[in-house]
Amino acid sequence: MQYSEKVMEHFNNPQNVGTLDENDPNVGVGTYGSPACGDVMKLYIKVENDAIVDVKFKTFGCGSAIASSSLLTEKIKGKTLEEAMEISNKAISEELNLPAIKKHCSVMAEEALKSAIEDIQKKRQS
Amino acid sequence: MKLPVYMDYSATTPVDPAVLEEMLPYFSDQFGNAASIHHKFGTEAGMAVSKARQQVANLIGAEAKEIIFTSGATESNNIAIKGVAERYGDKGKHIITCVTEHKAILDTCKYLEQKGYEVTYLGVDTNGMLDLQELKDAIRSDTILISLMAANNEVGVLHPVKEIGEIAREKGVFFHCDATQAVGKIPIDVNEMKIDLLSLSAHKIYGPKGVGALYARDKNPRVRPTAVLHGGGHEKGMRSGTLNSPGIVGLGKACEICQEVMAEESARLKKLSDKLIDEILGTIEFAKLNGDRQHRLPNVVNLGFAYVEGETLMMFMPELAVSSGSACTSATLGASYVLQAMGVKDDEIHGSLRFSIGRFTTEEEIDFAVECIEKSVHKARALSPLYDDAIQGKCCKYGKCCDHGHGCVDDE
Ligand SMILES: Cc1ncc(COP(=O)(O)O)c(C=O)c1O
Repeated sequence: MQYSEKVMEHFNNPQNVGTLDENDPNVGVGTYGSPACGDVMKLYIKVENDAIVDVKFKTFGCGSAIASSSLLTEKIKGKTLEEAMEISNKAISEELNLPAIKKHCSVMAEEALKSAIEDIQKKRQS
Repeated sequence: MKLPVYMDYSATTPVDPAVLEEMLPYFSDQFGNAASIHHKFGTEAGMAVSKARQQVANLIGAEAKEIIFTSGATESNNIAIKGVAERYGDKGKHIITCVTEHKAILDTCKYLEQKGYEVTYLGVDTNGMLDLQELKDAIRSDTILISLMAANNEVGVLHPVKEIGEIAREKGVFFHCDATQAVGKIPIDVNEMKIDLLSLSAHKIYGPKGVGALYARDKNPRVRPTAVLHGGGHEKGMRSGTLNSPGIVGLGKACEICQEVMAEESARLKKLSDKLIDEILGTIEFAKLNGDRQHRLPNVVNLGFAYVEGETLMMFMPELAVSSGSACTSATLGASYVLQAMGVKDDEIHGSLRFSIGRFTTEEEIDFAVECIEKSVHKARALSPLYDDAIQGKCCKYGKCCDHGHGCVDDE
């Protein structure tokens, strides 16, 4: 697969790889995808005063899935939840110049983020 | 050691320098048309083609007149299957093949299904092996052809060709064998194995791309597939078109070399692939060999690395050229149907890589490959949430295939 330089940059040097403590009340965890379909992203966001102060991810998937994950974490770090919600898969796939056949990888990143935000909101309500 | 290291010999091989040397004059000085039998240019080319025909025949225990030159194994497979179906269609319209065959077989069979033929696709077990009883049971009074490969291109598993040939002969059904990956690596003898039609390709045995051959048995029994390409009546009318004399000379020479070196070369490659298998299985946890350990080609190793994805593995080791069973690396995003047929789980298929070695592979390259693979798997697993779950003993708690997953065209 011919990838853009930007994909290769993120792939070779992925940002914010790792995990955060799932039991921390300020940490939201989101997952998306399935092993059977070839990509799974697990995203951890630490939220203080409505801002994402820390973010980590782990992704099982192809090169563009890892690049999409890494770019998403860069984009949301320091943002408020509301600002983060604005980030679309389209922005990610355009910035990475993903081949058409790999667009679903950016969808995975957006969905994992939504799932993590839902998780933190649920945690806060309870 | 030259980088990147090539370990994709099942996809194609470099042309052997001795083969290239043999071919070169037929592009320029001896450029004649082998069908121009009335002048020196033509007869020179014709003689070279005859020699090549004999060289190909020798490698598989056939006679020169039973060899038809084609553009490769895809074409040979097409002629064998469509040609037999058409010629013998009034005897019956049933064909038997197997789910792990190459697409050149499967898609040809699918095409015939649209034309009113019936095809039985035999399954395989978890090692990729056929059940001969299942084959026997599938044969009907209207079965005209059994098409089964000698060696699988993805996992290297060998089918029991001799036993298949015996079953087919006993039942009076033609046996076509796609031996593209097996020829030149393991002994193939069309008489001993009772093969009636056989496909092979030059570029898998250190010859040029775009040349191949079909063997069609001349007697006991005689098989005469109808032509797919019509025209000048070349190759006894079975395959029209001016002969690709340089390519054919290359195929012939490639076959001759294989015959000479096969025993020694295959023993050497078997040692190297055993080393690769043993070292990887010995050092990487959750790694497994796909396909039977005993019944396999000496040069193909398909390994599954759980919890990581094949494209990522390959991208972490750009200095190693291999291929993957993962959906993510194929243009259609379809995961390997061969591994699927063997019951390998979808998520394990994504982490499968095929290493295929050959004439120019060295032990140093194997050591280097082991190092690359270890590093790459390690890197990919450090990124993988599935690996975290696995080592923490959590069971998989992920959903089904995502809406935007593979196989879906996502046009926003
Ligand atoms: C088993 C098998 N059959 C057929 C083919 C097609 O061969 P060719 O590239 O010569 O058409 C290949 C190679 O891709 C193969 O491995």
